[in-house]
Parts: sequence; C-alpha cells; structure tokens
Amino acid sequence: MVAAVITLFVMGLAFGGLLAVAARKFAVDADPRTEAVQAALPGVNCGACGYAGCSAFAEAAARGDARPDGCPAGGPALALQLAAILGKKVEAREREVAQVLCAGSRSEAPDRAVYSGIPDCRAAVLIAGGPKGCTYGCLGLGTCVRVCRFDAMHMNANDLPEVSGDRCTGCTACVKACPRGMIVMAPASRRVHIRCNSRDRGAVVRKVCTVGCIACRLCVKECPREAITFADNLARIDYARCDNCQACVKVCPMHTIGISPERVQARGA
Amino acid sequence: MARWRPGPLVGMIHPPENKERTASRPILRPALPDRVVIPLWQHTGSPCEPRVARGERVTVGQKIGEAVGPLSAPIHASISGKVTAVEPRPDPLGREVMAVAIEGDGEDELATTVEPRGTVDSLSPEEIRQAVHEAGIVGLGGAAFPTRTKLSPPPDRNIDTYILNGCECEPFLTGDHRLMLERPADALLGLRLLMKAVGVTGGYVAVESNKANALEALRPWADDAGIKLILLPTRYPQGSEKHLIKAVLNREIPSGGLPMDVGVLVSNVGTAVAVADAVYRGMPLLQRVVTVTGRPVREPANLLLRIGTTFGAAIEAAGGLGEPAARVVMGGPMTGVAQANTDVPVIKATTGILVLGRRESPPVVSTPCIRCGRCAQSCPMRLLPLQYDAQVRVGNYERTRELFVMDCIECGACAWACPARRPLVHAIRLAKGELRGRRVGR
Repeated sequence: MVAAVITLFVMGLAFGGLLAVAARKFAVDADPRTEAVQAALPGVNCGACGYAGCSAFAEAAARGDARPDGCPAGGPALALQLAAILGKKVEAREREVAQVLCAGSRSEAPDRAVYSGIPDCRAAVLIAGGPKGCTYGCLGLGTCVRVCRFDAMHMNANDLPEVSGDRCTGCTACVKACPRGMIVMAPASRRVHIRCNSRDRGAVVRKVCTVGCIACRLCVKECPREAITFADNLARIDYARCDNCQACVKVCPMHTIGISPERVQARGA
Repeated sequence: MARWRPGPLVGMIHPPENKERTASRPILRPALPDRVVIPLWQHTGSPCEPRVARGERVTVGQKIGEAVGPLSAPIHASISGKVTAVEPRPDPLGREVMAVAIEGDGEDELATTVEPRGTVDSLSPEEIRQAVHEAGIVGLGGAAFPTRTKLSPPPDRNIDTYILNGCECEPFLTGDHRLMLERPADALLGLRLLMKAVGVTGGYVAVESNKANALEALRPWADDAGIKLILLPTRYPQGSEKHLIKAVLNREIPSGGLPMDVGVLVSNVGTAVAVADAVYRGMPLLQRVVTVTGRPVREPANLLLRIGTTFGAAIEAAGGLGEPAARVVMGGPMTGVAQANTDVPVIKATTGILVLGRRESPPVVSTPCIRCGRCAQSCPMRLLPLQYDAQVRVGNYERTRELFVMDCIECGACAWACPARRPLVHAIRLAKGELRGRRVGR
C-alpha cells in the first residue's frame, strides 16, 4: 500500500516534470490574435467567408490571408473590431441584406403543372423547369429559408420568402441556394426594390403573372436620379444612385416595385 | 438459335412491359404538320447557331442550325415553308432554347443538298463520318449523343466490337421493335456503315426475348455480313450500354469510363437506320419514329414524326385523348421526362410520348425509408440509393459523391422497387446537379 502510493507519487512527479520541460522546449508559437479574432466572430460556421468555419477564418486572418472585412455575417461592425485586433485598416462599407426579387405568389402567378417531387426549389427546377407558370419567379418551396443559418428568412402567408432585415447578416447563403437567382444583396438603407426577375417580354409576363415587370419603362422615365436601368425586358435599380424617393413606386402599373420596411438597427451596431 | 449465355448482371428488374398495344401495328406516317418548332439544341454538347432568319423560305433537309465545336450536330428543316420566328422556346427537357419556327407550305419540297453520298463499299471511313455529321445524326435511343463524335475515338483506344442495341427495355416503347421488323435491311446496312467508320469487324445485334420476331426479320440480312444476332432475356435496364456490353461480351466498364474503354461502341437501331438513310439517300435526320401510347390515347401507334411537331399534334395524330391526361411524359415511364404542357416539340431524343391517366399516375405519397434495401438489390450499378436519399435530405452532397452517386445511370429501378415510394432518382439528380455546380438563374 505504502509502496504503491510512493511509486505513483514518484511517477507523477517524473511525468509532470517531463511534460513541463516538453511544454517549454517544444512550444508552438500561437498567434494570440487568433484567439481574439475567434472570440469576436459570430461563431455559427456559416462558411460565407469561404473558409471551413469560424476558427479556420480566425487562423487565416491572424496569418494575414483573410481580410478583416472577410466575414460577411459579422458586417461592418465586426470588420472594424477585427481591424483593431489585427492592426489593419478597413474601409467602412454599408451593411447589405438579402432582397427577394419576386412578388408573384401562387395567387398572382399561378402554377402551370402539379409538382409532387422533393419539396426543394433546386429539385423542382429539374422537372420541366419547375411547376410555376413564370419560369423566372419564386418556386415557393422554401429552400432559401432552410439554408439561412440566422433565422432571418421565413415563408409568408402567400408562400413567398421574406427577409427580416434586422436579422439578415448578409452571408449570401440564400443568394447561392436560389436556383432562379432571384435573391440579391442590397444596401440595408435602400428601401425601394423592383420585385421581379422575369426577362420575358411584357405580353408573356402578363399571361403568367399579375405583378410582374412588363417592361413599360415608366419607372425609368420617372426616376429623377436615373437610378433605374433597363435591359432584357427588366428594370433594375442601381442601389448606388437610388435615394428612396419612391417616385417609381407610384407610377408602376403592375405594382411590381415594393418598399421594404424602415430599417431596424444593424446587428451589433 | 440457342439463347446467348449472357454475362452476369446484378440488380435488374422486370416491370410490366405494356408494349402490346403498339408492338403489332405498323409505323404510321401522319399528315404533314402545319407548323413546326425546331430547337437548335437537341443533342448532348454545344447548341447550334441559327443559319436562317425570320421570313426566309426553307426546304426539307436544309440546314438551319450549324454545329459549333467538336461535340455538336447540325439541325435541318423538317418541313418546307417560311421561317416565322427565331427565338428561345421551351423544349421537352424543361429548358428555353433558341428555336426556329416554320410555317409549312404543304409542298414538302426537298432541298437540293439531299442526294446519295455513296455506298458502304465506295466510301472511306472518314467520308462515312462526314456524311453522318452532315446529316445531324445523334444517338436516337434517348441520350442524343452526336454520332460523329462516337465514331471518332482517340487513337489509343482499340475498338474491336460494335453492338447494335435493339433491346428497347423501357416499358411502353416499341419504335425500335417496329423498325427492326419493317426495315431490317437498312438497320444492318447502317450497322455495317458504322462498323466501317471505326474499322471493326465484330458486329452484334442484341435483342430481348420479347422481340424474338425482330431477330427473325434481321436474320436473312445478317448472315452474309457476318453479323451475330443475340437473343437476351428480357430485363430492365439491359438497354443501358454499360449493361448491354456486360450482357453480350461480359466486359465491364470501369467507374467513370466509357464503352470505348473496353473496346466497344454501341448504337441504337434507330440510329443505324438513320445512318443508312443519310448515306444512301442523303437524307438528314429530320424525322423519327415516336411511340405515342398510354391508356388515355385512343389509337396508340408508332408514328414517323417530323422533328418539331408539337406533342399536342402528335397525340392528335394518334386519335387524341379518350380521357383527361394526368401526366405527359417524353420517353418511357422509367427514364422519361414529365412535361408541363403539350406545346413542346418532338426532338431527336423523343423516343416516345407517354400519356398516363389518373389511374396509372395517382398522386404519389412517399413514406419514410425503412432501410429494407430493395433499392440496393435492384440497382444494376451496385449502388446504394437509400444512402443518397438520406444524405440529400440533410444536404450532405459531398458524401453522395464518395458513395459514387456519379456512377448512377438514373434508370429508375430503385424508385420502382421502393415500397415507401420515395423519389430516389429525383434525389440522385438533385445531388448530381449540386455536385456539378448549379448555374444560377437561367
């Protein structure tokens, strides 16, 4: 009994000593900034930065491979914080949020066929281009909602996705997931959006949707700041020029141009 | 003739054949369509560029789409008349592709370029390849792979065998069966041209046991040419070229490989007939045999249809519908493509138009997977469809790649066997699409 206690005690001392020596001698120089960066990151591993997760991004940032503003989810506030930790400069950029560019739910833009496959937009487009009459619009199966890691999207009562501007971090997961390519990023302060993605001619759009852009160009003529461009039968807003005056909203005969709600404060700002 | 001793195949199923309504009736030639819409992208590879403009008059067989790049096939006018539009139109594969719409003048005037090219003895391999390309010939079994490209294997591949595929294992379809019965000489002439184009001496025609009479029709023409006729048991998907090669020659294509990797080329019976027409008559591929069938169709038939005829017109030519359609499919029930409407045109890949009524196509209700493994047992590629389904449900597409999802031939045997009626092929196609990198928007 006594012998066992003494043996173990001595062994413990010996191994402890060895470990202490090894820890000194073979110490890896870890950049203390890695830990600081990681602590500041959102920690949801969304992958929007292009790295395998938040810790991989933190390591890359400390090494100097990733830019301080490389985390879309953290936004400008985090970029400033990381720049301070890393001793670098970032330009202040406005926070961007996702905008859904389709207003045609089933009541406005009815389906042309019955779809009974996997309830996922990416699966639906594989079958005859999808069941929706409009081949550019929202399929309403909620793939964007499911890929959102920040609970910033939901399907509204009309089966169209809606973005909660205060929760959206701008990670662009929904933009990449949408097989129609009808979700775009827009500066958070811009409130006027042309909610249509159809590049069909006006006559075709009228047949499949009651709220689609019919390429009448009234908005283009009305805009005092020349912020609306027109190509491929579709009007688009140049967010850098738009000043939210809403003149276009009033003239649009199809009520395609929508106003997003007044912005709540940005995350963490 | 004794039954061929086939190579061992795993999986395989035998769904109801449903071929009896059309198999014994001769191929019909319906009246010329008043108008056609001819997509300029009907094949695997790069789309064609339009060679005609709106308002122009075209004649039958005139080239309207020029092939671009090494993997492409030109496209020809299928009726004579006036071009009314050159614009994107929906095609039966669910795409919007550039198409030429022609309003027919009813004269069916042949283009001056349509003239005989020579014979199997007078032409060199290169001249045969050229004639095949100029005629816009693609594989008519459904994949629409440009035949000229198939006939131009890299020089390091030693091709020794050509198999003519007369299996037509897909239920409902009987177009190849009728072609073998009605044009056996041309089918074998086409095979001889194909064999000469790649310089092989070993030729086989493989037919399933439910079409034994086709083999008898071919026999008189095969014996002098030294072509072997093979009767295989009826099973699905034996008409898939990988499985046909295994069944006929007991050679197995490695994962990700092509038939040429084991020294074999395979073409469909319809392709061979088209090759014979292209060489002996100079006729481009502008019509094909389409099986229009399904219970709602009043007079199911094999129709020789001009490319560009709408599905609606084709169904009318088969007597129209006796009851409402629940589903219209291009191709057969196993690998066919569901349509959103019948305004789409017949293309080179249209093997059939299958109309299903409500009774054959009730709304599908799938229940959870119970891991019974029937999908894996029925899979002719020895894959694990249940795993793909589970991984796709959680969005883990990378894992499906590790499990060889890319080797799936999408034959549908797994979904047919699944007692939970899970959309397995759909899940697999979704995984393949995501792994290949999806194009966003259109």
